[in-house]
Amino acid sequence: MSSSVTPTSKPVKTTGLHVGDAAPGVRKVDPILIADGVRRTFGGLTAVDVEHVEIPRGAITALIGPNGAGKTTFFNLLTGFDKPDTGTWSFDGRSLAHVPAYRVARMGLIRTFQLTKSLALLSVMENMKLGAKNQVGENLFRSLIPSIWRKQDGEIEAKAMELLTRFKLDAKKDDYAASMSGGQRKLLEMARALMSDPTLVMLDEPMAGVNPALKQSLLDHILDLKASGMTVLFVEHDMHMVRHIADWVIVMAEGKVVAEGDPHKVMENPAVIDAYLGAHHDTDLGADSEHVEALKELIDDEQ
Amino acid sequence: MDWGAIFGNAAVELISPTTAAYALAALGLAIHFGYTGLLNFGQAGFMLLGAYGYAIPALKLGWPFWACVLTALAASVIFALILGIPTLRLRADYLAIVTIAAAEVLRLIFTTNEFRAVTGSANGLSEFQVDLLALNPFPPGRYGFGPFVFDNRVWFFLVIAWIVVAIAAVFTWLIMRSPWGRVVKGIREDEDAVRALGKNVYSYKIQSLILGGLLGTLAGILFVLPRAVVPSYFQPTLTFVIYAVLLLGGAATILGPIVGSIVFWVLLSFFSGFVSRAVTAGWFPFMTQVQAGQLRFILVGVAIMLIVVFMPQGLLGNKKELAFVK
Repeated sequence: MSSSVTPTSKPVKTTGLHVGDAAPGVRKVDPILIADGVRRTFGGLTAVDVEHVEIPRGAITALIGPNGAGKTTFFNLLTGFDKPDTGTWSFDGRSLAHVPAYRVARMGLIRTFQLTKSLALLSVMENMKLGAKNQVGENLFRSLIPSIWRKQDGEIEAKAMELLTRFKLDAKKDDYAASMSGGQRKLLEMARALMSDPTLVMLDEPMAGVNPALKQSLLDHILDLKASGMTVLFVEHDMHMVRHIADWVIVMAEGKVVAEGDPHKVMENPAVIDAYLGAHHDTDLGADSEHVEALKELIDDEQ
Repeated sequence: MDWGAIFGNAAVELISPTTAAYALAALGLAIHFGYTGLLNFGQAGFMLLGAYGYAIPALKLGWPFWACVLTALAASVIFALILGIPTLRLRADYLAIVTIAAAEVLRLIFTTNEFRAVTGSANGLSEFQVDLLALNPFPPGRYGFGPFVFDNRVWFFLVIAWIVVAIAAVFTWLIMRSPWGRVVKGIREDEDAVRALGKNVYSYKIQSLILGGLLGTLAGILFVLPRAVVPSYFQPTLTFVIYAVLLLGGAATILGPIVGSIVFWVLLSFFSGFVSRAVTAGWFPFMTQVQAGQLRFILVGVAIMLIVVFMPQGLLGNKKELAFVK
């Protein structure tokens, strides 16, 4: 399987993103998103407790960690879909604390969801057009007079068509989004996010449930985002993909950032191995020799 | 058996002002439920505000009809805000609970003897149409053609009602084909996705609640114009019947509510006339005239069930949608 997801061209990695040693919370040369003391508890469970983390601009950053590490919760907090107990975080120098989700999106920070949220009974084209920002026709009173919004709507449609062609969904433009396969919906969701010309795209498990052939094209699309100047932050479990396209990796475990670094080095970090495999993964629990010896002696004594 | 009278009476319902009022109320629900996905179970409350909002200023303050209409619309907006502001941030079901309760609270307030001087309590209010009737362009008398013979008063209300329905339908069509309508339909499908695209979902839901409520309020006015205002008209059953009309015609359609209302009232009148005459003619010896009066609702219920089972998209709904609804 791994071989089938390898893109044809080798992606160009961005390096020199951090200042000093690659430790958790390391400073970045040009951070786009900075989070400080973000903490979220659900009853007695601390889901996220991030002291300090910076996301580098213009690069692809992967957020990895075992299940339950708090990656998706952290995503929700950053995008205004959930409110933290404490903490401050800023995007492009503007504070995002207490900013509702729709305003976060308007600032240029667009996210996708782990379970795709395509608008099922809207056509693919309508899904795309919904993604465009600052539409005059979205005001109730202006919507009544088509001549006010028709021109802009035409421009939006042209742009949507261009993106759909790029994502090879143009043939489906008049179908209901509900009629598409899971992988196509992932593509649609990503294309829709691009309608607003975001500066930071946050993808929550873009590869989950996608077949290898489609993974290939999704990978290329993510690399394209970087090439066109966007910053990408994504959550992913597929380590091969992370190694392949990420410029920087942030590892979370039990709500905390436990390691950071470039994808090849970070995988060798003991904290990362502990997070995934447990701290005692190389201890032999099967035969405890000391006890066995003691037991043998006891038996001998009795005889 | 007088089939002519049965069909004649049924035909009258094609264009009666009550049919128009139900169509308009259902159009309001189409905005709420069909397009935005808001579960408003208090449409009867919006209609009640229309009826009393019109009748009370007309009778007690002697206001001209247009001021009465504006009063009713203002009351409707305030009601929508009171319902929407606390509940629309929550999950969809909370709106359903709050609206059905609020509509009942309103009905009971208007029924109680405490405010008899203003509301007329259970007896309601009548003769509030005087100011509007002064503008009646139809000369006195009864006229018409075929089964459609009414007096000038009914003709006047009938014309007003269908003009209002037509304007409301064009209005709804205009907003639903615009980018505004696109956002609202997106909210119906998945509001988090729409929020993630930078749309203020809460504001759109409030706008939709107000708009659909205003249509409900206008429907309330149209509904009481040919009769007196009595609080017992505005039972929760009224809301359910309007939902039936909406689903019959097609939830996310413009003409569906209108066709649904016409079909509903024609069927109701037909069964009513048929059963009552059949009992008189001795076809149902086991049944009294009073029981026959109830049977028509059973028959209409069965007819609606058949339509919903075999045409779940409604008469005018898009059959393609069904392929994806589980």
